[in-house]
Amino acid sequence: MNRELRHDLFRSLLRVRSIENRIIAKYGENEMRCPTHFSIGQEAAAVGVCAHLRLEDYTISAHRSHAHYLCKGGSLPKMMAELYGKETGCAGGKGGSMHLVDFSVNFIGCVPIVGSTIPIGVGASFGRHIQDETALTAVFFGDGATETGVFHESLNFASVHKLPVVFVCENNLYSVNTPLEMRQPQERTIAQLAETHGLKAMLEDGQEVEKVHAVAGELIDHARAGKGPVLLELSTYRWLEHCGPREDLHLDYRPEGEFEHWTSRCPVKLYQEKLLDEAHITQEEIDAMQAEIDTEIDTAFDFAHSSPFPDRSQLMSNIYAS
Amino acid sequence: MPNDTTRHITYAQAINEAQDVCLENDPNVYLLGLGVPDPIGVFGTTKNLVDKYGPKRVQDMPIAENAMTGIALGSALTGMRPVMSHMRVEFAMPAMDQICNQAAKWHYMFGGQSRVPMTIRMIVGRGWGQGPQHSQSLHAWFTHTPGLKVVMPSTPYDAKGLLIASIEDDNPVIFIEHRWLHNVTGHVPEGHYSIPLGQPNIVKTGENVTLVASSYNVIECILARKALHERGISAEVIDLRTLTPLNDEPILESVKKTGHLVVCDQGAMTAGFAAEVMARVTEKSFSDLKSAPIRITLPDCPTPTTRALSNYFYPTMAHIVNAALRTQGIESNDPFDAITPEEFLDVPDPSFKGPF
Repeated sequence: MNRELRHDLFRSLLRVRSIENRIIAKYGENEMRCPTHFSIGQEAAAVGVCAHLRLEDYTISAHRSHAHYLCKGGSLPKMMAELYGKETGCAGGKGGSMHLVDFSVNFIGCVPIVGSTIPIGVGASFGRHIQDETALTAVFFGDGATETGVFHESLNFASVHKLPVVFVCENNLYSVNTPLEMRQPQERTIAQLAETHGLKAMLEDGQEVEKVHAVAGELIDHARAGKGPVLLELSTYRWLEHCGPREDLHLDYRPEGEFEHWTSRCPVKLYQEKLLDEAHITQEEIDAMQAEIDTEIDTAFDFAHSSPFPDRSQLMSNIYAS
Repeated sequence: MPNDTTRHITYAQAINEAQDVCLENDPNVYLLGLGVPDPIGVFGTTKNLVDKYGPKRVQDMPIAENAMTGIALGSALTGMRPVMSHMRVEFAMPAMDQICNQAAKWHYMFGGQSRVPMTIRMIVGRGWGQGPQHSQSLHAWFTHTPGLKVVMPSTPYDAKGLLIASIEDDNPVIFIEHRWLHNVTGHVPEGHYSIPLGQPNIVKTGENVTLVASSYNVIECILARKALHERGISAEVIDLRTLTPLNDEPILESVKKTGHLVVCDQGAMTAGFAAEVMARVTEKSFSDLKSAPIRITLPDCPTPTTRALSNYFYPTMAHIVNAALRTQGIESNDPFDAITPEEFLDVPDPSFKGPF
């Protein structure tokens, strides 16, 4: 891996983390009035996978979607305006954090109904398939989504038609506050589920971005080569409450030591230490990156703040396309 | 539109022709559904289309209605115009998430950027022991979800023109066909024509009472109108054709003239579409009403299978006549009292073949 790619991966990790930390810092002002699900601790998945995606590739996600949207190239100012409910938001204020979209980079949407976007993503590839064209789609979802019927229906169908779909499951161990072992058998992985549907599937550590990048590259190459859909299960961990900007250790649903274990494996920190240790980056370069990112975030928040709310007439507009 | 009024085909053939025309005209149109390319072809409505357009554009599918609806939606977002078919409306129920949570909302919730040009055909029906899960008419569910259009044609001519309009529409359209209409014949022009969605049709004009219906009930109303004529009562029959978006102007205009309203709907009574029509008229034209509006619907119970019970489940043309008479202050016996449990009312009356 060359120095430039390493810097790109690190910059992306740092950028997503910094953006979400800024949202957390401002969330208490109660001006971003929509349910918000943070990717803090899970950023390496989006960064490592999206590094392989091209502009023309479709991407779709679910409720915890900031990182996917940003790493696919979604507009930050429009995302912030959307969280503030402004007319200039990526969905005109009608969506909010759970409905990010940016067609200019083929990020075709996200919704909070768990599992729902999985078939829609498959459909994006399927439509082109009917036209004898090829379009790769990356579908991001969590471990909870693999318990839905549409997950299995979608994998089955993608496999039947050998569609170039990259299913990416961020297994963060919790569906809201319900742990994985209460929902799925412990003796099999989600990757194994996908294999039974005929997919090439792999399980990887989701905290180390270079590992994610490597395995994602192998799987995406497989899908691009027309060999059928793939699934990447990434082991990761949700640091914050299911929905909202706070920690929730007081709820006491996490086993003792689990939170500390996973936060010690912070994807940003792990990669920063590795790059510094191996002399791929200097502290000055990191500081410069951070400064540049902070300026970008300042600009995006200024844009969101200064943008108008949608006009009252927007309430009844766009119910139907005309 | 071609003027040859002598060309008569069935409603099912008209549906087939509409899909044929759309497949021919637009390479982005494709059909999807269980049995769509098979030799029977969804009661003949998709028969032989696979031979003409191939298995990619006339797709069969696994029994995975929810995901398949999402897949159709995803393909629509990226430029395709899928036409899904369900042989029974009940088979679409597992897909309510994709239809109501997703397809209906993607245009609005992404600020007008996404388009979902998708038509979902659902066949409803009745009779011959179809029972609780093969004979429902659930159009009211879909009319309660903003963002969907709901179309229920009654004639072969409307079926073709409205299906073409539905497929060419940039929104998710629920297109509901009554199985008993599939064999009804009527005038249908060759080639392409479309009927704008959202336009009720005044099928027959009249002066004394307004009969509002959709789908199969339009035929019942036309026959009821004849019977009422013999009693000296002139009934106007309005075919809704499109339930949502609903253009209620022709209904309000009609009631302004007649002063009396009977609404026939093939769904259950409570929170059904007949209630919506009556509410609109009552809210907007209360002073035009000379009698309380009456609705003819199914009772609020699941569909029984045995004809000994289903004979008392489905209102008949006589119920419409009875209701219309009541609006004129003429009381008559409950038509169900004249029906015996043994009668074979579970197949279409042979005289209901059309053309009407």
